Amino acid sequence: MTTTAPSGAPTSAPGTGARPAPRDRVRKVARRRELGACAVLMTPFFLLLTLVFLIPVGTAVWLSFFQDDQPGLGFGPERTVFVGLRSYAAVLTDPTFLGGLGVVALYCLIYIPLMVVGALALALLLDAGVVRLRAWAQLGLFLPHAVPGIIAALIWLYLYTPGLSPVIDLLGEADITVNFLGVHTVLPSIVNIALWSNLGYNMVVFYAALQAVPREVIEAAVVDGAGPVRTALQVKTPLVRASIVMVAMFTLIWALQLFTEPMLLSQSTPMINSRFSPSMYIYDAAFTRNNYGLAAAASVVLLLCTIALSYGVTRWTSRSGAREEAAR
Amino acid sequence: MSSRTTAGPTAARPGLLGRATVRLVVGVSVLYTLLPVLWLVLAAAKNRDALFGSDLFALRDFSPVQNVRDLFAMDGGLYGRWYANSLLYAVLGAALGALISVACGYAFDKYRFRHKEKLFGLVLAAVMVPQTVLALPLYLIASETGVVNTFWAVFVPVLFNPFGVYLGRIFSQGYVPGEVLEAARMDGAGELTTYVRVALRMLAPGVVTVFLFQLTAIWNNFFLPMVMLSDQDLYPVSLGLYAWNSAATTSPEYYPVVIMGSLLAVLPLILAFVLLQRFWRSGLTAGSVK
Repeated sequence: MTTTAPSGAPTSAPGTGARPAPRDRVRKVARRRELGACAVLMTPFFLLLTLVFLIPVGTAVWLSFFQDDQPGLGFGPERTVFVGLRSYAAVLTDPTFLGGLGVVALYCLIYIPLMVVGALALALLLDAGVVRLRAWAQLGLFLPHAVPGIIAALIWLYLYTPGLSPVIDLLGEADITVNFLGVHTVLPSIVNIALWSNLGYNMVVFYAALQAVPREVIEAAVVDGAGPVRTALQVKTPLVRASIVMVAMFTLIWALQLFTEPMLLSQSTPMINSRFSPSMYIYDAAFTRNNYGLAAAASVVLLLCTIALSYGVTRWTSRSGAREEAAR
Repeated sequence: MSSRTTAGPTAARPGLLGRATVRLVVGVSVLYTLLPVLWLVLAAAKNRDALFGSDLFALRDFSPVQNVRDLFAMDGGLYGRWYANSLLYAVLGAALGALISVACGYAFDKYRFRHKEKLFGLVLAAVMVPQTVLALPLYLIASETGVVNTFWAVFVPVLFNPFGVYLGRIFSQGYVPGEVLEAARMDGAGELTTYVRVALRMLAPGVVTVFLFQLTAIWNNFFLPMVMLSDQDLYPVSLGLYAWNSAATTSPEYYPVVIMGSLLAVLPLILAFVLLQRFWRSGLTAGSVK
């Protein structure tokens, strides 16, 4: 990979004919040394990029066009045959995969707005400067970020489990019975785990961005007679748009990979099957059913969905941003 | 904690009712984030019978020491093994990964070469690719090369941190002025010597930030070890607790150790975040400036 970097440099003087002027030569030597150093600094990363990113993506695409075929009722030697787009057709007509996509779509629709609005609201409230012990409040909100995803899922699983959960006991005393892992509640329960884990982290991202808003801008708004709510929504929020886009984007990419929480919850509830989300479908196809072609095709479909959606988010936000600029 | 100690302009502050509402909302949110952790602490400290009893918040029936002892005795001390593995994967992986990423980000910032922005685009694209997409091909490559179910199968992929390159480039722009490098060149220092002796020192806060983000990511990592490892002795804590939790559905004696194990697994990251606050806060700002 990195070898492309030095090769782009003007190559050495011999062969070019005219002997370069001394100062030129000095500059060329320096330039070559710079590019050499540049290559040394970049090589380790690009080796990794090739090894654990480019080759795997290529392999996934390649695999998705092949299937292991066992001729003669599975007794003959296994061979790999080219099947074209048949794996894709199989994936895209598989109701369990489409169901998984539907689950993730619904999950994103509930989770992302809640996350972005919640984290931004908390950051704006903290930035308004009326909360005492602000630093402690932030640390408290941030704490779940230090809890690994699988452990967050464990904690909440126990809080959802009758007999273990003080929440269910408390609700029981008020004569409310909730099954947190029922048909309609399991997805909100997963959203809750993700929200709990990441709310504080994103709040800190927004808060840090709000700190960078120039005070003159806010003061000007106040002079113009804007109240605190209006200042927050119409002055501060537009100024941290870049952060909002970034948070929405990362939340989206993470949400599309939904795996850890349902995987853990599936140990305790029949409402989550082994192909609940696309990532679980991939895992199931690859490591339970050993159908690599199908798993690879599902991976590529998930990858394309991710790229399309992230591209959509950037395009959409940059366009609405431009419109906003024009309106000013 | 806060870099701006004075509150916002006073005139923009909400009235009395508004202030009460703000405090209530923030207070409830903090309770929402803290109570589950508090539950974990209490549940981990309770003895086995009290855990399944109804009054968990009653302040008795504690046996934290016994619980820790039980945890480390379970299945022949497997938990201690997992903990050591996690520390190895996470601390070593994050340290090495941060150095690799920041070096690359620095090179992106300070040197000119052909197709630079295209290469950087590739790095950014890598940020967006879901890990679950790469798992199957990585597994197949690992089995092809015979490293599947070894330390390396988990360790090498976690070193890869494209977002660290992005942060490294931004930190390099912010912390390492070009004049300093020019001065070092005038003094006849080699490019790499300059990087190690001068630039890296200025980049230190950035390296720590990337390290911390990567430490969290590796400590949290669950999917990759699950795909790569079948030998329980190589498991990180996350995967080990998952395995024990699935055992608990049939044999409940695993519940207390899973809970205590979860609590201990949370501690290193909390410690790291508290100790290194100063750094990651600046990192978050850098990440959002673009």
